[in-house]
Amino acid sequence: MAPTPSIFAPVSTPAFAIRELSFLVLGITGVIFVIVAGFAVYTLVRFRSRGRAGDARREPPQIYGSTQIEIAWTVVPLLVVVVLFLVTARYIYGLERREVPAGALEVTVVGNQWWWEIRYPGLGIVTANELHVPVSDPSRPTPTFLTLQSADVVHSFWVPQLAGKMDVIPNKTNRMWIDPRTPGTYVGQCAEYCGTQHAWMLLLVVVHPRDEFDRWVAAQHAPAREDPAVRAGYQLFLSLSCINCHTVRGTPANGVFGPDLTHLMSRRTIAAGAASNTPETLRAWVDEPASIKPGALMPPMKLSSDELNQLTAYLLTLR
Amino acid sequence: MGHEWRGRAGMIGLIVAEGSLFAVFVVAYLFYIGKSLNGPYPKDVLQIPVVGTICLLASSATVALGARALVRANVRRSGLWLLVTAVLGAIFLAGTAREWYHLIYRDGVTIGTNLFGTTFYPLVGLHASHVIIGLVMLGLCCAFAATGVLRAAHAERVEMVSWYWHFVDGVWVVVLTVVYLIGR
Amino acid sequence: MNVHSPTLVTAEATTSHTWLEHAHEWVVTVDHKRLGIMYVVFGLVFFVIVGLEASLMRLQLAWPGLHIVPPETFNRLFTMHGTSMVFLVGIPIVFGFGNYLVPLMIGARDLAFPRLNAFGFWIFLFAGLLLHFSFLGGEGLYGSGSAPAVGWFAYAPLTSRAFTPGNATDYWNLSVFLAGVGTIGTAINIVATTLTMRGPGMTLGRMPIFVWTMLTVSAMTLFILPPLSAAQIMLLLDRFLGAHFFDTQAGGSAVMWQHFFWFFGHPEVYVLMVPGFGFVSEIVPVFSRKVIFGYATLVAATVAIGGVSLGTWAHHMFAVGMGSTLNTFFTLSTMLIAVPTGMKIFNWLATMYGGRIRFRTPMLFCCAFLFQFLCAGLTGIMLSVAPFDWQLTDSYFVVAHFYFVLIGGLFFATFGAIYYWFPKVTGRMLSERLGRWHCWLFVIGFNLTFLTMHVQGMLGMPRRIYTYPADRGWEVWNLVTTLGVPLQIAAILIFVVNVVVSLRRGEPAGDDPWDAWTLEWATTSPPPSYNFEAIPVVASRRPLWDLKHPDDPDGPHE
Repeated sequence: MAPTPSIFAPVSTPAFAIRELSFLVLGITGVIFVIVAGFAVYTLVRFRSRGRAGDARREPPQIYGSTQIEIAWTVVPLLVVVVLFLVTARYIYGLERREVPAGALEVTVVGNQWWWEIRYPGLGIVTANELHVPVSDPSRPTPTFLTLQSADVVHSFWVPQLAGKMDVIPNKTNRMWIDPRTPGTYVGQCAEYCGTQHAWMLLLVVVHPRDEFDRWVAAQHAPAREDPAVRAGYQLFLSLSCINCHTVRGTPANGVFGPDLTHLMSRRTIAAGAASNTPETLRAWVDEPASIKPGALMPPMKLSSDELNQLTAYLLTLR
Repeated sequence: MGHEWRGRAGMIGLIVAEGSLFAVFVVAYLFYIGKSLNGPYPKDVLQIPVVGTICLLASSATVALGARALVRANVRRSGLWLLVTAVLGAIFLAGTAREWYHLIYRDGVTIGTNLFGTTFYPLVGLHASHVIIGLVMLGLCCAFAATGVLRAAHAERVEMVSWYWHFVDGVWVVVLTVVYLIGR
Repeated sequence: MNVHSPTLVTAEATTSHTWLEHAHEWVVTVDHKRLGIMYVVFGLVFFVIVGLEASLMRLQLAWPGLHIVPPETFNRLFTMHGTSMVFLVGIPIVFGFGNYLVPLMIGARDLAFPRLNAFGFWIFLFAGLLLHFSFLGGEGLYGSGSAPAVGWFAYAPLTSRAFTPGNATDYWNLSVFLAGVGTIGTAINIVATTLTMRGPGMTLGRMPIFVWTMLTVSAMTLFILPPLSAAQIMLLLDRFLGAHFFDTQAGGSAVMWQHFFWFFGHPEVYVLMVPGFGFVSEIVPVFSRKVIFGYATLVAATVAIGGVSLGTWAHHMFAVGMGSTLNTFFTLSTMLIAVPTGMKIFNWLATMYGGRIRFRTPMLFCCAFLFQFLCAGLTGIMLSVAPFDWQLTDSYFVVAHFYFVLIGGLFFATFGAIYYWFPKVTGRMLSERLGRWHCWLFVIGFNLTFLTMHVQGMLGMPRRIYTYPADRGWEVWNLVTTLGVPLQIAAILIFVVNVVVSLRRGEPAGDDPWDAWTLEWATTSPPPSYNFEAIPVVASRRPLWDLKHPDDPDGPHE
């Protein structure tokens, strides 16, 4: 179970920095609220009409303005703005102009309707919807730098505990970085409306201790398992249009429109988080994606029950 | 404020709004300069429309003369100058039509060909459509002059038509600069 | 002095009483008062429709995994809700009040261009009907496509043919375009009227603050609405003629749509909000029995907001990746605009301070407005801090922020304005008792829904999702948010009852039921079609104060 993705529960430097800055902002705005709202309450109570007879005739003294007061309440807020702005500018540049240190992990994230393609160009790994990264020790940081691209419309990559969001825009490449300091699982999702199933374009970020990450990399790097017991399903897979959209490394399937399935069963969910990854949901998904995620771009495969069982059995071997 | 300022404020408001409309098409044109993924490119196919430009800019002078003539109650002269204005505008439009015909049929540049086509036709076309609206208004004024309906009392209204026409000419100066000078 | 058109039918001359003749009068009218009433009435009708859409959405989101509406329907609901709220509710109500009040407040008999005024109203109504017709279109009916589902800001390239087949997006595009045309016409009208048709003695420096707000937002409209129209023309060309303005596959830019849209979109929300400030600036002095404090700085702040708002738009795009320089610039401009905006709260508080505050319904709504708008402004400052915005943008925090601005701010001020000017428009008072119920129910319901909403945003819930996973810790907050809805519905129902009953049986108002000071209270309730028997000559900002206090007129103090 992942924790609630609160922006106030950071585990990575950008999110820590933003929280730090937010304390200043919340402090300033909190003070302003207390002063102004307090003054308002005082005024409303103190100067309410008591309804005494003759009140209707006597108007209170008419004060048209006060140059000094008006200057004061212009200048003081301006000063607050100047201070807030200067502090903010430092954070903007500090967070956005980070240089890539040696040893940083490079990941390319490609937003699709409605799933995430995750590529590790230096490691030869392609997966989907789950981003696995090594934990970063603050004393010797090993951040992960993300290159964000879109295959279709505008999406937004948001995992609140790791960093602020960054949009994923076609014909534009964006960059962001994270350096999670605590192993664990952190959730996020697409944050820019991208069509019918925007709601189910979830993100799972798994932060591993270093050795565990290396093991994950090795496992992902391996080509797909071959299991003679599911030969029928494997043949079925190759003969159907599955291979037009999906890649299973080590087999002839090398489609790129859909998620890479080489290690499908290593992931905890399917359909970008719309369902957990179990034999039942997998079977239902292959049979009729709209039963789990109406509007999903994967067409129903229109298979008989036996064919479905065989195909599912094959997919279940892709660990 | 004098009575005529009601109409003038209205026309200035319209000009501000229309200017804002054109500005966005100009920004899009400027932004996409050099970004077409394929040709034909502006420098290959565009020629500065000298004749049309001279006609259009001259027409600003003639429309001013027409408006001034009406102030002096010279309806016939006013109508003639307005007619000349309309003719000059029509010559400009004919030039644009000819240019587009060549672009489409000879050079193969349509709105869908590349980013140049996408930004060129709407910008020049938006301007041309405003010229057409101006021609309609000028035509009405000429017709009113010819049938004797137009009087000196209408001078302020014709003045507003002339302001609109000056605006359209001003836009052309910008379009000329952006498309035929900078963009090529 | 301008002469009203002989085709105007005066209230006194009306002896026709058949339903059809009555309706005909209203259909052909060019009287700014009638058009103003129609704008506000239809704005409120669309408000009810929009409220139903919102209620459905909140029902769907009350708990994770509900199936109240299918995903695509939900997406249509929030698109229609947002689009309608801005173009069919907010703008018509704001310009409707402007229509009605501006000539009366400056001592004119109508707007500068009455027929253009009528044209603006009917094109707005047509646009609203066109947009809502899309619900009926459906997939099957002539294949014309159903209601748009692209969000009210319709980002490219989601709006392209490739990603949104059918004509749903075109309903959005065309109806908003038409509504925009009408608004531009009305804006030209208001600018020309305030600049050239003020009555004798009514200098610019003596106009009521509300008129200044209408002048400012009308001028802003001339600059900002055409860019939206231009972008929509580009979208139309992309969708129908194969242009590539926003076609990323052909090298086009999706971000350019965002720049064009928000160049319009941000000032637009000020166009919506600033007349609300105008309402408050008229109501608070009257119910505090004191002149507005700092008229000149209020006006200067209003104009400053109008100008600076043109330079803040990309704070909606902090997460787009514009680069540090632009992010920093727009942080600065957005923070700067908080200064004139916040100052106004001080002006209002200083007006109330030392006064004798009467808590009649208009003032109750203004008091709620003060606290809620303060919240809205402060969350706005939070959002102006770009790194903080990187977390908060596109989440329910932003949604909470703009609801605090537009409902907590603009709508509360508008309800105050309705209770305040209803007597002038109809000649009858609205019920104080029902008004109090309306106000309190709405305050509680509104805050239950939207104060809570800030929490969901901070817990990572993005916007525009039709449901959410059960393990994110969002359920309780969503449930509380939804629980505020029935209270708000009850409040609006009470309001509707109040209006219907008071139209028939409200206490007769007389010319000046609130003992106010601006020119609209110097004529009958309702005013005759020609507004004033004789156009009043004014010598200060509060002509009626001068009449009621001949010993201490305003003039020398100003």
